[in-house]
Amino acid sequence: MKRLPVRKSKGISYAKWGYIFIAPFFITYAIFVLYPQMLTIYNSFFENYRSGLKQVGPNFVGLENYVKLFTPDKNGTIDILKYAGNTVILWVGGAIPQITIALLLAIFFTSYRLKIRGQQFFKTVIYMPNLIMASAFSMLFYTLFSPVGPINALLTDWGMIDATLDFFSQKITVRGMIMLMNFLLWFGNTTILLMAGIMGIDQNMFEAAQIDGANSVQVFFRVTLPLLMPILVYTIITALIGGLQMFDVPQVLTNGGGTPNRTSMTLIMFLNNYLKTSKNYGMAGAISVIIFIITGILSLIVYRSLTKQDN
Amino acid sequence: MTHTNSSDSRKARMMLQASRAVVYAILIFLSFLCLFSFYMLIVNSTRSNADLQGGFRLAFSDQFFVNLYNAWTDASIDIPRGMLNSFIIAASSAVLSTYFSALTAYGIHAYNFKLKKAAFTFIMAIMVIPNQVYAVGFYQMCVRLGWTNSYIPLILPGIAAPVVFFYMKQYMESVLPMEIVDAARVDGSGEFYTFNRIILPMLKPALAVQLIFSFVQSWNNYFLPALLLDKAEMKTVPIMIAQLRSADYSKFDMGKVYMFILLAILPVMIVYFCLSKFIIKGVTAGSVKG
Repeated sequence: MKRLPVRKSKGISYAKWGYIFIAPFFITYAIFVLYPQMLTIYNSFFENYRSGLKQVGPNFVGLENYVKLFTPDKNGTIDILKYAGNTVILWVGGAIPQITIALLLAIFFTSYRLKIRGQQFFKTVIYMPNLIMASAFSMLFYTLFSPVGPINALLTDWGMIDATLDFFSQKITVRGMIMLMNFLLWFGNTTILLMAGIMGIDQNMFEAAQIDGANSVQVFFRVTLPLLMPILVYTIITALIGGLQMFDVPQVLTNGGGTPNRTSMTLIMFLNNYLKTSKNYGMAGAISVIIFIITGILSLIVYRSLTKQDN
Repeated sequence: MTHTNSSDSRKARMMLQASRAVVYAILIFLSFLCLFSFYMLIVNSTRSNADLQGGFRLAFSDQFFVNLYNAWTDASIDIPRGMLNSFIIAASSAVLSTYFSALTAYGIHAYNFKLKKAAFTFIMAIMVIPNQVYAVGFYQMCVRLGWTNSYIPLILPGIAAPVVFFYMKQYMESVLPMEIVDAARVDGSGEFYTFNRIILPMLKPALAVQLIFSFVQSWNNYFLPALLLDKAEMKTVPIMIAQLRSADYSKFDMGKVYMFILLAILPVMIVYFCLSKFIIKGVTAGSVKG
């Protein structure tokens, strides 16, 4: 009892420990993220690349890199828009089934009426691809779908095709494979997140709705979906940010080419080409800044959805 | 009245049975989709190259150890070295991420200071910004410091891991009573001692989950390592897998190729199948509050 006032007055001096404990995080962040981020933005205003053995720049060019990025080439295509379009198509093709199926599964698993058995088994199986190395998964798809691979052999055995099918020369099959892989990599994770969300909803809400005579479709649209909205928004936006970073799967599947005819080239593959192949820091910087602005806006929405839940 | 009631309930029961059957069919189909490619991977890793050229088969063969030996001793793709590099990087960065995220979270959770709220808001705001957007500057910095072909730039940034921090913070809010900290102080325990000896043991389940997730993330990481590592003896597993893709494919022993892929994912798969229940629980425990 006597100690109480002593402890209270001491409480103020503990503040410095807060700073000491969080210092490593912020120092590391400043060195490995903040400074590189500034350097990236700075670079985007300079002409700085290698042409053969010759180094060009760095020369200050203002917004020229950005202008170049949005100038149509001789065929009239604007590369960055083309690749942004590819990224969006590939993302949508994977994310729509991912979120729809995950939502369905989350409802199945949490339904008291259905009482699904073997949940642990199903959850273990569908979550598994999420931990798989995306580049290895992509390489596996490449071997399985290659002209001499087992899928072609299987289709021939079944008499479904006469000649070897080259999955990698068609826009639709390459994109389809990338979408399928992204779906498989992520739907289990989304299912588990949404399940937690549904289980977090007050059970009385469901009971009340049932007593009032609502059927399961009504319960879903009137109770589950509105209450799940914050988590659903969080899931969609984080999936969108993940989609913007799409790289490993298409990069390995198409060996960096975004074949056929660059229809599976994503924004990050575009960035990677400037950075790795041509060491063009100026253009790579400008692309980075654009992606940064988009993710910045998206993460603001995530931040909002996360802090709203705290209330 | 009673008659219609019982037929109604029979109808309802039949509806339930039917919808259950549909649900199981969907679940089995999705499980098949998830497992098929891995099943093919394992089967094909047991078959010889000649056998693989012969076509599709679902049955295991007996060339597993031959393929393993060939892959393990391959001259151009040094997979044991790659796995060692990946392991060193993934294990070190996972330990750093987990320890320092817990430390940061504890700093914000347990102490009151002027910038507490600002620090928390800042970490939350940067949480989902991907590392690709500052890769240009990161790469230039590493070149200037002589950090290409080095473990350092792939390990040290682990100290600042906002997602792990957030998980730890959430976990602390649910399990960590401040009375314990007060009691430790009364007993004369220093602040660092309290954190290392009293708080950390209380966080064991969260630390284990985050060690696993951080390890897996780093083990699978391709973009930054591919940018920074080009010396053969420094390459990590994902870089070697991509190298496999760019090699002249027709000359490859396919049994060996499947074995390389299997080796790349095997360590994570073993951990997963031992701890799947724990890992799946960990996906949500701290991430999003319901």
